[in-house]
Amino acid sequence: MKRRSFLQKSLPAGVLLPSLLNGFSFRAFGLEAAELSSLLLPATETDHVLVIVQLNGGNDGLNMVIPVENFSNYVNARKNIYIPEEKVLPLNGKAGLHPAMTGLSNLYQDGQLKVIHSVGYPQPNFSHFRATDIWMSASDSATLINTGWAGRYLNYEYPNFPNGYPNASMTDPLAIQIGSVTSLTFQGPSVSMGMSISSTSNFYNLVNGVTDPVPNTPAGKELAFIRVVAQQTQQYATAIKNAAAKVTKQVTYPSSNGLADQLKIVARLIAGGLQTRVYMVNYGGFDTHSVQVNSTDTTTGTHANLLKNVSAAIKAFQDDLRMLGADNRVVGMTFSEFGRRIKSNDSGGTDHGAAAPCFLFGKQVTGGVLGDTPIIPSNATVNDNLPFQYDFRSVYATLLSKWLCVEDNDLQQIMLKNFQQLPLINGIACKKPVDLSGEQLISNYPNPFTSSTVITFKTAGGHTLIQVLDASGRVVANLTDKDYPAGTYTVAFDSGFMPSGVYYARLQNITIQQVRPMLKVR
Amino acid sequence: MSRRKFLSKILPIQSSQQEMLPPPPTGGLTPYSGAWTTEQVVHLLKRTQFGAKWEDVQYFASRTFQQSITEILNPTAPAPAPPVKDYIPASTAVKPDTYIAPGTTWVNDILADGALFGSRVLSFQKWWIGNMVNQDRSIREKMILFWHNHFATEADTISNSAYVYGHHQILRTNALGNFKALTRAITLDPGMLVYLNGQYNTVTAPDENYGRELQELFCCGKGPDSKYTEDDVKAAARVLTGWRINTTTATAYFDITRHDKNAKKFSSFYNNTTIAGRTTATAGEQELDDLLNMIFATNEVSKYICRRLYRWFIYYDIDASVETNIITPLANIFVQNNYEILPVLEALLKSEHFFNSLAMGCQIKSPIDLVVGLCREFSVALPPASDYATNYGLFNYLFNWASNMQQRIGDPPDVSGWKAYYQEPLFYEVWINSDTLPRRIQFSDTMMLSGYTLSGFQMIVNAAEWVKKFPLPADPNQLINDVTKRLLRIDISTASKQQLKRDILLAGQSEDKYWTDAWNLFLSTPGNISNSNTVKNRLRDLIKYIMNLPEYQLS
Repeated sequence: MKRRSFLQKSLPAGVLLPSLLNGFSFRAFGLEAAELSSLLLPATETDHVLVIVQLNGGNDGLNMVIPVENFSNYVNARKNIYIPEEKVLPLNGKAGLHPAMTGLSNLYQDGQLKVIHSVGYPQPNFSHFRATDIWMSASDSATLINTGWAGRYLNYEYPNFPNGYPNASMTDPLAIQIGSVTSLTFQGPSVSMGMSISSTSNFYNLVNGVTDPVPNTPAGKELAFIRVVAQQTQQYATAIKNAAAKVTKQVTYPSSNGLADQLKIVARLIAGGLQTRVYMVNYGGFDTHSVQVNSTDTTTGTHANLLKNVSAAIKAFQDDLRMLGADNRVVGMTFSEFGRRIKSNDSGGTDHGAAAPCFLFGKQVTGGVLGDTPIIPSNATVNDNLPFQYDFRSVYATLLSKWLCVEDNDLQQIMLKNFQQLPLINGIACKKPVDLSGEQLISNYPNPFTSSTVITFKTAGGHTLIQVLDASGRVVANLTDKDYPAGTYTVAFDSGFMPSGVYYARLQNITIQQVRPMLKVR
Repeated sequence: MSRRKFLSKILPIQSSQQEMLPPPPTGGLTPYSGAWTTEQVVHLLKRTQFGAKWEDVQYFASRTFQQSITEILNPTAPAPAPPVKDYIPASTAVKPDTYIAPGTTWVNDILADGALFGSRVLSFQKWWIGNMVNQDRSIREKMILFWHNHFATEADTISNSAYVYGHHQILRTNALGNFKALTRAITLDPGMLVYLNGQYNTVTAPDENYGRELQELFCCGKGPDSKYTEDDVKAAARVLTGWRINTTTATAYFDITRHDKNAKKFSSFYNNTTIAGRTTATAGEQELDDLLNMIFATNEVSKYICRRLYRWFIYYDIDASVETNIITPLANIFVQNNYEILPVLEALLKSEHFFNSLAMGCQIKSPIDLVVGLCREFSVALPPASDYATNYGLFNYLFNWASNMQQRIGDPPDVSGWKAYYQEPLFYEVWINSDTLPRRIQFSDTMMLSGYTLSGFQMIVNAAEWVKKFPLPADPNQLINDVTKRLLRIDISTASKQQLKRDILLAGQSEDKYWTDAWNLFLSTPGNISNSNTVKNRLRDLIKYIMNLPEYQLS
């Protein structure tokens, strides 16, 4: 029996809260038997931490990672806001960073920043709210999913939460978000798996035992009383205070930088030893419909300030983690609900768009640039958007599998589908053995091939997907994607004008997947 | 460990008693003549009813202050039909009430069958919750709970559902009547005769229980000038000897053979009154009247009851100024009106003291106030009354929440009622501790997130429908202002509201128009599921957050 199904059978909700007289119950702290505690160990042992940085409003990816390779078309599309080529901070020679992002440029040079081009999803949605929900739930564009991807992950790691939590093996919040509410990202099947620290000032109030002042009135007196009890009963207050207390020195973070304020707290809690797996912070103002640059110097202005703050905050965060000795344990990612339109508008801004770059940062990130520099049409029109190269869920799936070390069989349940994994994380991070066993389910002939090859696959029945991926993991063809009776079938792959090189034929049949390398030669 | 010992261990976390106590509300009984706006209406309703229901606030705001007080004090709604059989008689029942059809009342089936008692008293408790949830716009239900706390009896101890219901009916019918008449009725109430052993109080073996509480808890109190003596307790007990219960009719009767026929002498506190011993069948009633006349002739009864009303409706801290400016004149009104309750309530609720800003928001909601008030303030939908089974099941759910928060109606902790109304120095703060505060938050979270589903009916807060009642929900600033004005008595800061707007309604965006557009689209195209979900979830999260604030626990 799987551990989780055993848990669900043996631990009905509330069993750890023995009922007493009149419905009173003891709190769970330290009361449960050791054997019960051990059952509540997470599914995966890891001290890895994921930090999600949400950039609210739809970040203009084209002015953050400038397509140097296609510079004239870029300039043509964005005459009033383009970043001059000589100011761009170089990445791989084909694209470069906004000049305000010197901190991230340094991280890139140290191999601790991965730039993933054109992350998005099919049928992009242009509403902030809906697009944000899509990113947080990891749903298809047209599907409403009421749980968050990280919430599903945490539910897999810590089944039955919140019943029995905190406990001896997990004393800490599963996830922490700084903000009034925990976002959809952390929503599990029934409850939110995260806790929120409503504001940075509330964090310091909690750590320092300060409550907000109340008026000297009878109502103020009662309010003060309830606040004291509320602080005492904040489920994880002690864990957070203890962790914070262990870190007495941090590097200097940039001032007047809301993101830096949040990341400073995250670094302190990580280094202070919280076992919390996922943190989420957010930084707003990216909805730059007008005047996103100063017309006299397009490298300055609203968007430049936002990018500067993002860059400086993440750089300080990484420096702090290194100083605190925690940098091996942390990977961060940025995302925004969408990028912006290729063509700028007349008011010096950009409207809601589609795919945009994501950053991954951390010592265990494989640095560099993933994907092709976005192609900008020579005469971009007002409705042109960048097509996506990588599904954002491939980024999530990779982080779960290669950073949070989730088993591949469980990954699909968390991500709701099987997504291609990308080369983002140092391969040794999860020390996963390579599965060499089993029957070969997919093959092709001829191999090598020049223009076309026939792929033979064996399905156990049910939904079966055959995809062809290129060397960087992009899907270049979906050959079939439907239900089959069990059996062996063939599909043809015509590579057309695709360049020669290595391709992968990938079979996915429910939870089974296999990949077959194929070589295209001239 | 007894429950009381257990409670006393777990209850107090710490007192918030500071060296400098805040000033109590100011002003005396002079009629209030200030503004009559939502602010005052909400205050009046939160104190005199369970929560300030949205429609009721509009209703009273459109009437004058005078009209509003008059209407609140003079209920016109008919008495509720009695509780019905919603249970299957226990198989262990000796006399199962199979002749009573499900959905019809059991209260006239006067038998003391232990196997049925539990089901019936629970039926009564659910019914009572239902009466509160479905209350009219008057003060009646809040006063019934006041009297339940005052003449506290425990159903578990009475152990007879007909008596429990009969006791409740005395409180219900006299709630706004005459206090002296109420006290007399309670004295001869079978439920009370069981609870405080009056039925076993005989000339040969006097039982002082009721004679003591009649003075200590029900009439005179323990104020500094309440100087009845131990001998007065004994004398009162002797006056009350001879009362028994007719178990067939569930009424009290007097048995002269068990009565103490000697004269009863009282202390100087009672002007050395002697109550003559009687020997006839009417002796019991005559001597009881003498006893009540003697007790009600003291100054303590009116002051004691007025202090209790003050703590129920305004605040617990009664300092010298409140004693002088409120309690004393209010007690005078009580006496001048022969212990009629309404004139006292009218003077108190109309007073500038009641509407003084310092009197607002300083009560900690009782569990019943929180649980019932939440349902009422959001107009949480219930099945049609004809579906009694589902309704009772839902009321049971609410009853259990309030019980777990330590207010189990029908079963107060003891004869003193709930500690929140007498335990110095904590008073209302007794309600809040490390066990009950998380439960309160869990309750409001549950009512926002999943609600409670029974027989296919989901009892849940519909935040979007509630918000539709406000004048301009499309404006996120005004929306948050309007919501906090209804739900909180101490407002949160503008900065906090801005953060709530940005974090929740705008989901991190900077421009108000994104909320406005989403709301307008929700109104015009409710079939747009994605957008409707967005709007509903944002509102749900906003209101849930506001109810998680300590401010929400204040009334």
